[in-house]
Amino acid sequence: MSTIPQASKIVPQRPWKASRKDRVETGSIFVFAALVSILVVALTPLKGKLAYFVIFAIAYLAIDFVFHLRKAGRPAAVDSFFRGLVTMAILVAVTPILSILATVWIRGHKGLHLSLFTSDMRSNAFTDPVSQGGLIHAIVGTGLLVIFAMIISVPIGILTAVYLTEIRGRFTRPIEFLVQAMSGVPSIVAGLFIYAAILVPLTKTVNGIQGSLALAILMIPTVARTSQEVLKLIPNDLREAGVALGGTQWRSVAIVVVPAARSGLITAMILGVARVAGETAPILLLTGGSGAKNFNMFSGSMGSLPNYIWQAFASGTPEAITRAWAGILVLLVIVIALFSIARFLGNRKVGAK
Amino acid sequence: MSSAQVTERPALPAKREITTRPRFSDRVFRAVVTTGGLSSLVILGLILLFLLINGYDTFHQQGLHFLTSSNWQAVVSDSGKVDTANSHFGIAAMLIGTLILAVIAIAVGVPISVGAAIFLTFYAPPSIKKIMVTAIDLMAAFPSVLFGLWGFFVLESSAEYWAKLLNKFLGWIPFFKLPEPYVSRSPFIAGLVLAIMIIPIVTSISREIFAQTPLDRIQAAYALGGTRFAMLRAVAFPFARSGIVGGVMLGLGRAMGETVAVYTVLNIVYQVNWQILFSAGGNVASMILLKFGEASPYEIKALMAAGLVLFILTLIVNSLANLIVSRTGKSGR
Repeated sequence: MSTIPQASKIVPQRPWKASRKDRVETGSIFVFAALVSILVVALTPLKGKLAYFVIFAIAYLAIDFVFHLRKAGRPAAVDSFFRGLVTMAILVAVTPILSILATVWIRGHKGLHLSLFTSDMRSNAFTDPVSQGGLIHAIVGTGLLVIFAMIISVPIGILTAVYLTEIRGRFTRPIEFLVQAMSGVPSIVAGLFIYAAILVPLTKTVNGIQGSLALAILMIPTVARTSQEVLKLIPNDLREAGVALGGTQWRSVAIVVVPAARSGLITAMILGVARVAGETAPILLLTGGSGAKNFNMFSGSMGSLPNYIWQAFASGTPEAITRAWAGILVLLVIVIALFSIARFLGNRKVGAK
Repeated sequence: MSSAQVTERPALPAKREITTRPRFSDRVFRAVVTTGGLSSLVILGLILLFLLINGYDTFHQQGLHFLTSSNWQAVVSDSGKVDTANSHFGIAAMLIGTLILAVIAIAVGVPISVGAAIFLTFYAPPSIKKIMVTAIDLMAAFPSVLFGLWGFFVLESSAEYWAKLLNKFLGWIPFFKLPEPYVSRSPFIAGLVLAIMIIPIVTSISREIFAQTPLDRIQAAYALGGTRFAMLRAVAFPFARSGIVGGVMLGLGRAMGETVAVYTVLNIVYQVNWQILFSAGGNVASMILLKFGEASPYEIKALMAAGLVLFILTLIVNSLANLIVSRTGKSGR
């Protein structure tokens, strides 16, 4: 009886996990490569952060390769080399994100002050000291542009998604294809189209609604594709239950499917807004850039955050550049907030109320 | 007692018609939804139509020269009238510029993106994976004007140094030659910014495709004693190859249509410039934005024609890309 080990003493073995010895080895290769890079930079004319990084990368890969070649043979060495390579790829991919976020904060926060959110640029130039003037007109303008773009594009986008998931008629494949093609339309082309279709023949001047129309064109594919993904996730049982209770297709979609997908559809909407809030090229062609608040979408030049950033950047003086970065900081905070809300809603279980 | 119950039984409801024909409400519903669904077709068609109408004069007058010549001159006579005989519009220089920028973006961005996707799918621990995926998705939402300003103020100084290094050690390659020692605001730097801009989309598509690699084949490769790299080479790469090509083409489409970032970073000069380190270049989209401000209505027609060329170009690239991606997803095994 005593030969049978007690259950609690059996520990699952994980032979593939790195042992302490492996970790020490990896760590020492790392330190060794770092030492090599410092030595090389100190002893040769190569200089700069780039030199450190490149020499470290080469040294690490080489030492790692040789070490594993001696320890476990060629396949293990190649495997380890490739692991080093892809790890560096992800580091290089993430570095710009960190650099961009850091730059926006470091350069932008100097331009932040409370009156930024209470005053506009009606009586100030971009070259004035940063404490004068503000960007409330731009926030109002971007808000209005985006809301109107949403009013136009959300119904169209959701109807497209409903067609693709619920109706599944003979146009399903072509429409799916066209929506994907539409997501690649360059923003400047959307701007040119509205310019040719509305500004030249009809209004002959800049106003807000033209900007919203161009943004809506860019927003529809995002809304449609995300909504389609969400509606696909709604279990078929719900649709069948709706039909089995005697509902027509219209009623089962309107009362069962769409409410079940509600949070996902809101996510789609928010992602669409995040996609277009910073869109600059069509805004520059179509809306003008007033420095005063303008609540009328249908007449008059309409300021907006991208336009504010653009004009400040074009002015070129240090004050104006600080303004541009402050504008970007505000825009980026809005985009990140929208993105986080979309993430939060999207992570919840589909169908949850 | 039982007879009383029978008499009290309510009358049966009228027999309902049993039919598969959709009811009236459903027919309205289907009509509305189909109309909404066809809107993408209508919008794309309208874009094509309006740009064609507005650009027709230019195509008519310039013919094929619009695509093959690099001469852009809108001549206005002293009386303010447009001199149509002497005005020339050709976008060859900008088409070549678009191509150069896109190729640099792909050459730099794709290895990084695919490597990152492999790391995220096959190597990363779950906690790191979640953070990295969120960060890269967030980057996709950054506005392009932000990339432009970052490229202009931050990347520029580092990239100039890299450009000088490239010129010093690889200057014998024609592309890396410098006619004059000006390396700031060059196609090389703009291409780097575009490379960073396409990293999120190429990474996320490659990641989705790698994630679809059949698990049984992965396990089979491991069971045969393969290392992780051997598994990737024998199973994941062959499976994902065409899908990644599609993702790369989506990135290409994005890089070709980018306006504001290129306009900010690049020194736009209207000439054919193959020397990517030299401070001159441009692409169709940024050229449109540059010329739009002071263009006469006559010149705007030429810009519309350029927009049409750009639109058709990106449409073709994107459509091919989507065909390739969707095919991988379905017939993977």
